[in-house]
Amino acid sequence: MHEMSIATAVVEQVDAAARDHGAVAVEKVRLQVGELAGVVPSALDFCFELACAGTLVEGAKLETEAVAARARCTPCGVEWAVGMPPDLGCPRCGGARVELLAGRELQILGVQWAERPVGASADQEG
Amino acid sequence: MCRTVELRQAVLARNDDGARELRAELAARGTVVVNLLSSPGSGKTALLEAELGLARARGVPVAALTADLATENDARRLARSGAPVKQVLTDGLCHLETAMLREHLAGWLPPDTRLLFVENVGNLVCPASYDLGESLRVVLASVTEGEDKPLKYPTAFGLANLVLVTKADLAVAAEFDEAAFLASVARVNPGVEVLFTSVRTGQGAGVLLDRALAVLDGAEAHRPVMAGAPGHGHSPGHPHAHGPGEGHHHGDDGAHAHPHAPVAERS
Repeated sequence: MHEMSIATAVVEQVDAAARDHGAVAVEKVRLQVGELAGVVPSALDFCFELACAGTLVEGAKLETEAVAARARCTPCGVEWAVGMPPDLGCPRCGGARVELLAGRELQILGVQWAERPVGASADQEG
Repeated sequence: MCRTVELRQAVLARNDDGARELRAELAARGTVVVNLLSSPGSGKTALLEAELGLARARGVPVAALTADLATENDARRLARSGAPVKQVLTDGLCHLETAMLREHLAGWLPPDTRLLFVENVGNLVCPASYDLGESLRVVLASVTEGEDKPLKYPTAFGLANLVLVTKADLAVAAEFDEAAFLASVARVNPGVEVLFTSVRTGQGAGVLLDRALAVLDGAEAHRPVMAGAPGHGHSPGHPHAHGPGEGHHHGDDGAHAHPHAPVAERS
């Protein structure tokens, strides 16, 4: 269950970015997770909420964008969706010289700042 | 009105940066790290015992760091080789991270160490995501575990620099289908070398040591199939530079501070 470590890493980076940008709270975090990254989005979602507690990111929504794994055969140039479990052998020539074009991504795409701490009730607006 | 900012930062950037630095620091003093990954019970410790014994017999300065959730049993076993050995107790954590490794190496790793074997927590899922600054990532599977293991754990096997099949002496009894296993490996990591070992019969004795020494001598480790997309993944054998726009944040001045202790006392 390394999703907790991953969630903590996400929260630390977003919290730091929020401070850099002078943001007081975070509305949404957009994450990109490749099919072969070895991370389970639902587990990450659960851990994210726990990891946010007590940080500027608390209350933020995690939006995960899945990236399908694709590969290209270096000698023959054919491209294919590798699937899960992945098949990285070239479907045309059977070659082993393969380039993975996408599928191992694990990155924070962007964040949306909130104007006030997320979850602050309307009557606090005065 | 909400403000949106594009970050495009690798989630594990901190670990990856730390791993790159550790690899460079150790390389500068002639130490290569071998990271061993497998499920529990596949024979990491037994193989390591044999390799440490051989390394000592050949006069290669070698050390081992072994990680478990509990007990110092493995460290006791490995210490019989005479090599410096340290047990890391993870207190339940399912994998090692670079910062943990650095913390345990500080003040312990003898400066003349040529090879450092790291026996990761027995787990084929979580450790796969963490570069530890290793130059050789070895994934083990025993013949009793099933030929489709690489398909079930594609991240771990997909990022291996070397695959070792252990307990080869039990292959017949376990009805191990070698061709099917090799096909599974080729499917998730085309071109990776697969070697067969048995500590009981001595088959493949020293293969791990030989491969590690070859890397120490400058041989290129096999390069696993990596996604070239932004937000770089891991390439255990290949420290790489990354320029602006390639994925992660280094602060406004391009520098990044990593407060940490030196990996070992310099002599």
